[in-house]
Amino acid sequence: MSVDPQRDPVKGQNGQNVGQGGGKNGYRVIGSRPLRPDGTDKVTGRARFGADIRLPDTLYGKILRSPHAHARIRAIDTSRAQALPGVKAVVTAADLPSVESKIQDLGEGAINLRYLSDNLLAHSKVLYHGHPIAAVAATSPHIAEEALALIQVEYELLPPVLDARSAMAEDAPILHEDLRTDEMGVRGDRPTNVASHLRHQRGDLEAGFAAADVIVEREFFTSPVHQGYIEPQAATALYNADGQITIWTTTQGPFSVREQVAQVLQIPIGRIRVIPTEIGGGFGGKINVYLEPVAVLLSRKAGHHPVKMVMNRDEVLKATGPTSGSYIRVKMGANKEGKITAAQVFMAYEAGAYPGSPVGAGAGVILAPYRLENLQIDGYDVVVNKPRAAAYRAPGGTNAAFASETVIDELCEKLGMDPLEFRLINGAKEGDRRADGPVYARIGYLETVKAIQAHPHYTAPLEGKHRGRGVASGFWFNWGGRSSATASLNADGSVSLVEGSPDIGGTRASIAMQLAESLGIPYEQVKPQVTDTDSVAYNDVTGGSRTTFATGLAAYELGQKLKAEMLRRLADLWETEPEAIHYEDGVFSHGEERLGFQEAAAKIHETGEPVMVSTTVYPKGVGPGFATHVVDVEVDPETGKVTILRYTAAQDVGKAIHPSYVEGQIHGGVAQGIGWGLNEEYVYDQEGHLLNASFLDYRIPTALDLPMIDTVLVEAPNPGHPYGVRGVGEVPIVPPAAALANAIYRAVGVRMNVLPMSPARILEAIWAKEAQAKEPV
Amino acid sequence: MPSKVMVSTHLNGQEVTFLCEPRQTLLEVLREELGLTGSKEGCGNGNCGACNVLLDGVLVNSCLVLAVETEGRTVTTIEGLTPPDQLLPIQQKFLEHAALQCGVCTPGFIVSAQALLEQNPQPTEGEVRRWLAGNLCRCTGYDKIVRAVLDTAQTLAGNSAQDSDQEVGG
Repeated sequence: MSVDPQRDPVKGQNGQNVGQGGGKNGYRVIGSRPLRPDGTDKVTGRARFGADIRLPDTLYGKILRSPHAHARIRAIDTSRAQALPGVKAVVTAADLPSVESKIQDLGEGAINLRYLSDNLLAHSKVLYHGHPIAAVAATSPHIAEEALALIQVEYELLPPVLDARSAMAEDAPILHEDLRTDEMGVRGDRPTNVASHLRHQRGDLEAGFAAADVIVEREFFTSPVHQGYIEPQAATALYNADGQITIWTTTQGPFSVREQVAQVLQIPIGRIRVIPTEIGGGFGGKINVYLEPVAVLLSRKAGHHPVKMVMNRDEVLKATGPTSGSYIRVKMGANKEGKITAAQVFMAYEAGAYPGSPVGAGAGVILAPYRLENLQIDGYDVVVNKPRAAAYRAPGGTNAAFASETVIDELCEKLGMDPLEFRLINGAKEGDRRADGPVYARIGYLETVKAIQAHPHYTAPLEGKHRGRGVASGFWFNWGGRSSATASLNADGSVSLVEGSPDIGGTRASIAMQLAESLGIPYEQVKPQVTDTDSVAYNDVTGGSRTTFATGLAAYELGQKLKAEMLRRLADLWETEPEAIHYEDGVFSHGEERLGFQEAAAKIHETGEPVMVSTTVYPKGVGPGFATHVVDVEVDPETGKVTILRYTAAQDVGKAIHPSYVEGQIHGGVAQGIGWGLNEEYVYDQEGHLLNASFLDYRIPTALDLPMIDTVLVEAPNPGHPYGVRGVGEVPIVPPAAALANAIYRAVGVRMNVLPMSPARILEAIWAKEAQAKEPV
Repeated sequence: MPSKVMVSTHLNGQEVTFLCEPRQTLLEVLREELGLTGSKEGCGNGNCGACNVLLDGVLVNSCLVLAVETEGRTVTTIEGLTPPDQLLPIQQKFLEHAALQCGVCTPGFIVSAQALLEQNPQPTEGEVRRWLAGNLCRCTGYDKIVRAVLDTAQTLAGNSAQDSDQEVGG
């Protein structure tokens, strides 16, 4: 592996900051790269993740899962399992209260509670391979597993339906007899697998295509892919003898877990306390509950013992996550000047067993980077016999961009235009209206295109056989949501920060940095803690790229409030008004009086009541994210294997609070996008059995599959945040699959329309192209 | 229930005797019987490396070793690898490079990287990537992890060069 001296893998800080606010820009803390406060525990193995919780007297819970993709449950006999020594409780759907149909917003997607309940333990039908049917609590996990084998289930097999288009067919097997299509607000009148149909429309499509000099229409197929977090789901629940419930779980949203458990078990939230453990990756997949309500039921039935449930990887892949497989058709026209004249999109997303695919988000993403006068997007949410789709980093975005960004590449080819120039002509900027409605405030999309244009990666020639370079862009909405936090001043001048946003990728640091900046103290003096649902007010999930933005805003406000409170107290001491006290560089002064921050804290501690402030926020000024990526690949024409030679991602990050973790988000998103693009997919047989439920066969990228990933942090400040923060976590997963497809085309001349672009598929495409070339004309 | 077997092993510098079922893996015994939860189970079948430990100094996936197989042998986990009074250079470099996000794969990477540096103190980027291909990370894209390992090697080489300079000079 050659190393470019310009890109020294050790010393070369690979990220560069460009645009407004580059460098530290007058900030003392923001833009620096301090160590994370939870780091030592994580490099020494001390940090406690979901499966590391162990209470005295714990029982172990295991789940029996359906071996079939679609079947009616005729009977369940648990008597032999119950009789096994060591077994303390067995539960089935009969132990779940019946819940009404009611849509529950989980933060990154909503679900009908009845479906949520049915996904925990199947009531009358199993709808996917791996669907839970019963659960056992026993004195050891091995006894619990033995007990599962003693449960007898009688099934009536039903034909499975395994992709969106088959499920939409007139004569398709129906998953839910009571499901009716929500046809743009109007309820359909017959059983169907199509849960909803949405449409975005603008201008005159026909006129738009008539004005085009070139038109490209293509269809695209993608499979479900999994978030692939390394830590499987794990939860421990105690249903105490007084009816109080405590749940220790690895989750992106302890408050969302509390809400979901309360709703499906019909228990007031006031009786439930959720304690989040450290979380070993989520990417959207640790928002829905799978284990927690079942563990609560088992704990109650087993006589108020704590019950610990940990999934294995097979269960994680079969029954949690994945994001939707999809069928997408894109038709786009452009004129000779390179302006897009019309775009028409059809997208059908597999929701899995219950309605709720991210087709709405996909429909918002697919044309978002462009200024369009004539467009129509139709999106369908379709149930199939696969696990219920969950959020996965920019849900629905990667497969959508794969379709639209490769069609754009083909348009550019036909027009003989540089793909980045084309994007500069059509790219959205402040004041333009997004395809799905809203008008953009300040955004930095065009800056990301220009950043790639000017980057040494893009300006360097790419030489060699079977090599190609591709570019693609992406958009993500980002989210605000609700956050709450408190800050307490300690006598030594340190500040205890208590927040309710689980830290998945360094947010303790990025939140603490904003408090330190706001308060004018060193980062090291802020001590952040993530707490449980009884110790801070409500917080939405860590997801939607919202935490550094919204909880960061809360930290900013805490800093302002704490400062105001300290000024008030010092004003009392110095017999003056708070406004008369000058505070700068951590020093309070008034006339002859002068106190450093620590001295002031000590003085306040000695002379009166303690200082603590709290804040709650629900910010509306969310800044969306844009990215443009460039990738160089080499394709082996003998094997179809793609080697990534170089990858550069430019992204509008608003303001990078901790640039290392911003780069890290981009690296991680790109890596997942590459996995989705080249390797990852759920493979089913015709009966709907998942064939690759292990990390051996569901192949996520290893260190050997990836190069260093260069980042360019474009900083177009978000006007909706005091430091200009935009969410950064999601948009980097959007462009990679499309960028790779465009690079593969330039390397070997085949346009890929299926994800993943595995060696076998690329080889088949190469062979098909060769066969076509040989045909007599 | 199968009867339990008594096993004596040299674990993290101490003689340890424990009872386990023959079917229990080393990983399960470390975590559930001995309270050493630094080794993580990410897959349970040797594909992710989150449970990496050293068995007689050799890097293994503890989910693929039965606990009874460790009778009379030496086991070093992330807990035993960490010096009592400070972090290992590789641990410090992981922090400085932000080479972890969620941190659940990190103990496995530390054990694995340390084993690499023991036997190849000056690995190339390609060698680091090949060695770490048995450890899955879903958060970082490996970029900062690879940099942290290379930087550790460079720093240690610099230190030992300095040490030998001083020896010559002294």
